[in-house]
Amino acid sequence: MRKPIGWSTIIIAALVAVSAGLVWRRDGTDGVLDILIHDLSLFGGILPRVLAGCLLGAFISEILPHEKVSRALGPKSGLKGLLIGTAFGAILPGGPFTAYPVASALLAVGADFGATIAMVVSWTLIGYGRAVAWEIPIMGTDFTLWRIVISLPLPVLAGALGRFVYVRLYPKPATKDDEN
Amino acid sequence: MSAALLIDILLWGSVFGVGLIAFRRGPPVFKASLREGSMDFINIVPRIALGVIGSGYIAAIIPQEVISGWLGPDSGWLGVATAVVAGAATPGGPVIGFSIGTVALKSGGGVPQVVAYVVAWALFAFQRVILWEIPFMPARFVWFRCAVSLPFPFIAAAIAMVIGKP
Repeated sequence: MRKPIGWSTIIIAALVAVSAGLVWRRDGTDGVLDILIHDLSLFGGILPRVLAGCLLGAFISEILPHEKVSRALGPKSGLKGLLIGTAFGAILPGGPFTAYPVASALLAVGADFGATIAMVVSWTLIGYGRAVAWEIPIMGTDFTLWRIVISLPLPVLAGALGRFVYVRLYPKPATKDDEN
Repeated sequence: MSAALLIDILLWGSVFGVGLIAFRRGPPVFKASLREGSMDFINIVPRIALGVIGSGYIAAIIPQEVISGWLGPDSGWLGVATAVVAGAATPGGPVIGFSIGTVALKSGGGVPQVVAYVVAWALFAFQRVILWEIPFMPARFVWFRCAVSLPFPFIAAAIAMVIGKP
């Protein structure tokens, strides 16, 4: 995966520092500590799932044959690749701690940005996990089903747009610099 | 919490399943992926820590009333655009996002605007991007994915306008 420190990390760290400063000015040291303690316990609860996600990603990238993945989900996989990505995102179990490590593993073994975008967008928009656990109880079955029907075409469209833009932004054949 | 338990069972069950497949390819394959997964975990923990603790502070300075205020008065495409911004800026997890959507629906918010809000939240909620997507995915992919996803809350709102209410 990526290097520990990149520009994104630096920007987020700066945002966090500013936000924590604002919280401190508004609520004092106690306010800062309250959030810290709450989030540390959240962090502790998340850690085992993160480990599971990392292991899942590592095993998947080891057992999936690169050739087949790049044929099924690579730049030349066409509509079929986008549909496979969409289906995969829709049935993937778990939460963000599985979706992103698995998506990252797919990228590493030969899926292109288009199919991976279809997968991530499908997971977030038509995946059953969040819909069953949160959206149906809070927003109701009618709204949720109707919202999912509206969202059905979006992952394939997003993947197709991604592919279309990617080829024009990076005209050279895919290099290995995605893997850092 | 039975939902959380079910998620954990599914999750570790999947890990066990793919681990078993790797093991049957031979112990070296299994050991190599175990080592790689553990290294990924160790590398990612600081970034997850920054994301979890950081988004708590960012959320604390974004009052929820501001977000729900953006989802109220405007109808039409201006309302859709503010709903998209509100979706991206919504702090917290799914309970907060969907609750804000429900309140907006009940207090007379337009259906296409609420659809745009929920879809934008699913695609861009800053907390999920910071906490999960950026640590796990190549940075270039994340920015590219977000940019490419930008039209889709608007497309969802347009479809909602055409096919009508649920």
